[in-house]
Amino acid sequence: MDPAAAKLIGAGLAAIAMGGAGIGIGLIFGNYVAGAMRNPGAAQQVFGRVILGFALTEAIALFALVVALIILFVF
Amino acid sequence: MHQFVIDRWGQWQIADIDISFSKAALFMLAVVALLTLFLTLTTSRRAMVPGRWQAVTELWYEFIANMLRETVGAEGRRYFPLVFSIFSFIVLANLLGMLPYSYTVTSHIAVTGALAVMVFVIVTVVALKRHGLHFLSFFVPKGVPVPMLLLVVPIEVLSYFMRPVSHSVRLFANMTAGHTMLKVFGAFVVQMGVFGVLPLALIIALTGLEIAIAVLQAYVFTILTCLYLNDAVHLEH
Repeated sequence: MDPAAAKLIGAGLAAIAMGGAGIGIGLIFGNYVAGAMRNPGAAQQVFGRVILGFALTEAIALFALVVALIILFVF
Repeated sequence: MHQFVIDRWGQWQIADIDISFSKAALFMLAVVALLTLFLTLTTSRRAMVPGRWQAVTELWYEFIANMLRETVGAEGRRYFPLVFSIFSFIVLANLLGMLPYSYTVTSHIAVTGALAVMVFVIVTVVALKRHGLHFLSFFVPKGVPVPMLLLVVPIEVLSYFMRPVSHSVRLFANMTAGHTMLKVFGAFVVQMGVFGVLPLALIIALTGLEIAIAVLQAYVFTILTCLYLNDAVHLEH
């Protein structure tokens, strides 16, 4: 297989990993909204942790993106 | 991808290491100069009841002080200069990159890697100085049956050494991905001619998101630094 074609396929495969991170981010915010509807007073306190959780999960998606970019541009 | 290329001015070398003044150095100096200027000018009045500018600096100080107090506790005070500097540098470097035609210092793995390795080394040294060799008990979680320890301890050690990697790549990837995405949509605007207003609207929304991400990633880097310091100071998982 021609290396350029292999690179493109590899990058496409690496990008699939971001789906998991998408589910994770959805879970975080879904749970936050469900919790905030049960206990609106505590919602403001926990929001900082929600944002931290979002950023950490997003990081996994970006690790997958970095792998895809490495495959595309470094090899 | 041209936005990530670093221009250099002059050609100076010390024994094979290139130390010419580069765009990265210029922007890092700009960040430090702007920070110093802002912090000294806003607090120059030293009013007991702060005016608007001094209030901004006080809020910023309080934000980091609270972060340290919540994560590390009372011993966090001694790490305040480190954490405040890290947060301020990263937030200003990220935000400066959002200006048109400018360059994002933290979009290079060398810069974020240096910051993350610095944090890793400082946290390990703090832990070793405080606890000596008892620090190694950090890798042996409580209540794990002995046969499982053979599996758990190498995993704990590996995940400890992966910290600087994930710490640096998170910031680097967020910044690089954001700017690359803006560039790609910019290319769409040009290619689509009249219908280019749609990607343009998306770019406007994305720029707003990128500004939020710039601040958020600085916050995440800082709070993870505080959490690592907490692990070092109080050896509990």
